[in-house]
Amino acid sequence: MKARVLPADEFLLLALALVVAPHAVHLQPWVVPLAAVMGLWRWAAGRGRAGLPGKWFLAAMAVSALAGILLSHGTLFGRDAGVALLTLLGGLKLLELRGYRDALILVFLGYFLVATNFFFSQSVFIAVYMLAATLAMTTVLVGINHPGGERHWRVHLRLAGRMLAQAVPVMVVLFVLFPRLPGPLWGMPADSRSSMTGLSDEMSPGSISQLSRSNAVAFRVEFQGALPKTSALYWRGPVMWFFDGRRWKAGFFGRSATLRYTALSGPVNYTVTLEPHNKPWLFALDLPAVTPERARITPDFQVLSARPVAHRERYAMTSYLDYRTDGLTSLERRWSLLLPGEGNPRTRELGREWRGQLRDPAAVAARALRFYREETFAYTLSPPLLLSADPVDEFLFGSRKGFCEHYAGSFVVLMRAAGIPARVVTGYQGGEFNALGGYLTVRQSDAHAWAEVWLEGRGWVRVDPTAAVSPTRVESGIAAALPAPDPIPGFLKRDSPWLQNLRFGLDFLNGGWNLWVLSYNQERQMQLLARLGFGLASWREMAAGLLAGVAGLLAAFSFFMLRDRARARPDPASRAYRRFCKGLAKVGLERRPEEGPLDFAARVAAARPDLKPAAEEITALYVDLRYGPGAGDLAELRRRVGAFRP
Amino acid sequence: MKNRELTDRVAAYAGSVVLGKERQIRLALACLLARGHLLIEDQPGVGKTTLAHVLAKALGLAFQRIQFTSDLLPADILGISVYDRDSAAFKFHPGPIFAQLILADEINRATPKTQSALLEAMEEQQVTAEGDTRRLPEPFFVIATQNPAQQIGTFPLPESQLDRFLMCIALGYPDRQAERALLQGVDRRELIEGLEPCLTAGELKTLQTAVREVTVADALLDYLQALIDHTRQSPRLQAGLSPRAGLALLHAAQAWALMEGRTLVLPEDMQAVLPSVAGHRLRPHARYGDLSREEMVAELLQVPVP
Repeated sequence: MKARVLPADEFLLLALALVVAPHAVHLQPWVVPLAAVMGLWRWAAGRGRAGLPGKWFLAAMAVSALAGILLSHGTLFGRDAGVALLTLLGGLKLLELRGYRDALILVFLGYFLVATNFFFSQSVFIAVYMLAATLAMTTVLVGINHPGGERHWRVHLRLAGRMLAQAVPVMVVLFVLFPRLPGPLWGMPADSRSSMTGLSDEMSPGSISQLSRSNAVAFRVEFQGALPKTSALYWRGPVMWFFDGRRWKAGFFGRSATLRYTALSGPVNYTVTLEPHNKPWLFALDLPAVTPERARITPDFQVLSARPVAHRERYAMTSYLDYRTDGLTSLERRWSLLLPGEGNPRTRELGREWRGQLRDPAAVAARALRFYREETFAYTLSPPLLLSADPVDEFLFGSRKGFCEHYAGSFVVLMRAAGIPARVVTGYQGGEFNALGGYLTVRQSDAHAWAEVWLEGRGWVRVDPTAAVSPTRVESGIAAALPAPDPIPGFLKRDSPWLQNLRFGLDFLNGGWNLWVLSYNQERQMQLLARLGFGLASWREMAAGLLAGVAGLLAAFSFFMLRDRARARPDPASRAYRRFCKGLAKVGLERRPEEGPLDFAARVAAARPDLKPAAEEITALYVDLRYGPGAGDLAELRRRVGAFRP
Repeated sequence: MKNRELTDRVAAYAGSVVLGKERQIRLALACLLARGHLLIEDQPGVGKTTLAHVLAKALGLAFQRIQFTSDLLPADILGISVYDRDSAAFKFHPGPIFAQLILADEINRATPKTQSALLEAMEEQQVTAEGDTRRLPEPFFVIATQNPAQQIGTFPLPESQLDRFLMCIALGYPDRQAERALLQGVDRRELIEGLEPCLTAGELKTLQTAVREVTVADALLDYLQALIDHTRQSPRLQAGLSPRAGLALLHAAQAWALMEGRTLVLPEDMQAVLPSVAGHRLRPHARYGDLSREEMVAELLQVPVP
């Protein structure tokens, strides 16, 4: 029952633990602990403290593991169930790890499990961690294959490190030149997308403040010219028209026939790298002026991608920060005045009252902003829930604590009640400039909502009621704007300079990784090759380049290895002696590696007395040449070996 | 080969007294020819003293035996100055260490202070007592014995001190035939008394010089380094062989090659002396605490000859 302990046992367990550990977060909570128990069992068995289970027990365990996965996932296939299955089977294999072959299977399984980690996360940190895990796995592989038995683990680690370092150039060549398919090679399971965060085509009280708690990056922007001031950075997203008393909904999704606007200042050019959010919006500064490829601009200036953004996307944009929109269609006028048939009576009353007092729509808007500013409104990330049937009334005349969606929403209701066309615009405001990378990072926490009112002669005018309550929100960002006792999520706090630099550095690293590694698709490959002077490379040319690159690298490695070997090439006497030994090996007299020449000659003489004189003469000549002061007769040795016929 | 005749003669001479221990005698002789000190670990009564005595006799060396006890003081070994009334001055009375071949019997019974007095003298080939440095006679050998089985009330030599002995050998019981001859023969002590030296001082010196002249080729150094590297890389061993141990191995192998009548060192010579030279210098790693010296040396003997 007790198994022979492989020397590399504990390192194998350690390496597998390294590989499997990240799965503890993604898999069902019982899977990784169960595998860990099996690993511990194997460890105890290796130390002679436990026996390994028998065949029937293992079979029962395997069946229960399958049943457990079926019960948890309803299938044995797919990403989660598949990885759980591999993890558990690896654990079971540990329990029958008895010999070299089992260890080899486990090492290969370990390599495969390294790859499965990228199903769950492709961040640069996981990549570095998995590189370390690969190194550990390779160390084990070197260990179980080391000729002449076991060495100190540092010796194996050094060799494994050298092998991986030699593989790096080949990896780079394959990465750069291997032909990329236009689409992904396999579809990622849908469950990985459902959790994506971002703005949607609906807005209700609390939806944006919820989003603001996420630190996830929404997009990164590189400006061609100077960075516009923060208070001008309104990143336009879904535009809301329809209000049902509580929720706002977007209206336009189709392409606009003509965009009617007049630019009042110079264009701002920039490139956005948008993180996938599984919705069609491509965010752009107010007012977007160009349409990226495979996208459209709606009449209310939303930029929509043809398909939901499921992969990181990069697009160049041009915007005009000062503009005047022209013309209001009758449909837009009707939509922008819509209010539900009933509800929120006090708000409507207030709007009508203002309109009665002030004829000018602009004055009404200003009056509303004064209302927000002068009454006791508070800007907070955790507003009280508005549960009554008239949430806008409750907010404006009751709680008076709200986040941007409360202010924007209630403002538009007030305007519409006063008969002024108005709509809600959601998106992001501001962003954090990363001086290290020279780009702006916009996070989900920068999500914002504001309003637009139609003023005759000026078109759609942006009004941000949140700015009236909390001017710092728009000027300095969300963290500065929230009042002190508000529970600010940790990441929003402004930290010490070096911590901020660290954050910038990590974000820069991640951004670069996303841009140059993860988003390296066919298009970018073509661009890169073009920049390297290969023009539009065809499939065949790329294959040829790939082969040539790999062959070149292999040739370079071979050259260095052969050169080393030539340096360590055995001297002529040794070569002649080896021929002699080879001849004897053919008749069953093999020299043991640790056997000295005289001992071997004595053994030969004892086994084959007829060979004794020849063997002794050859050995004497060889010993003189190899161990003597250097005055041996090489020609004679060669002659004798040549004539030696065992 | 004249050298070989000389050493064979000494070996045969000692072998006539210490029966059935040819290999140990040859190793001890190689150790002395390589100018190293010898440690014999074994039971009492297996002939440790006899071996030392007969070697001294055969080589014509002045012999002194020091029985180490727990109350032995450094002055008991090195010597002491006593006031001399006639000359009205202190006169140095040299201790037993002023001899050419010392038998330090049961060295682990003395206190570390006394042990280190001896070991320092071994290393420096000189004695410093009361401010005067006195050279020890040439040649100078120490054969120390210790009984590893009885460790109660002893001060085992630390690793650093063990390293000063070129070789450590065990004698073991004689085989049946040798034991019978021993039981039938005359008293060994008397036998030694009646012997005449078979080597002159000049011949011994020539042999010692010749040892250092035995050819060591690059190929042999490759093998020696492979051996040393193995001890440093093996996970079973705590620490590898030191450079001093490497030199010891080399010199012992040269002496062995000389005694085999060769002018060049072969891997076989190194393998022959390896257990005695390396055995007491290796320590198993804590995880392999039950590894014996024999097992460690056996692992070393598996290192391929390049």
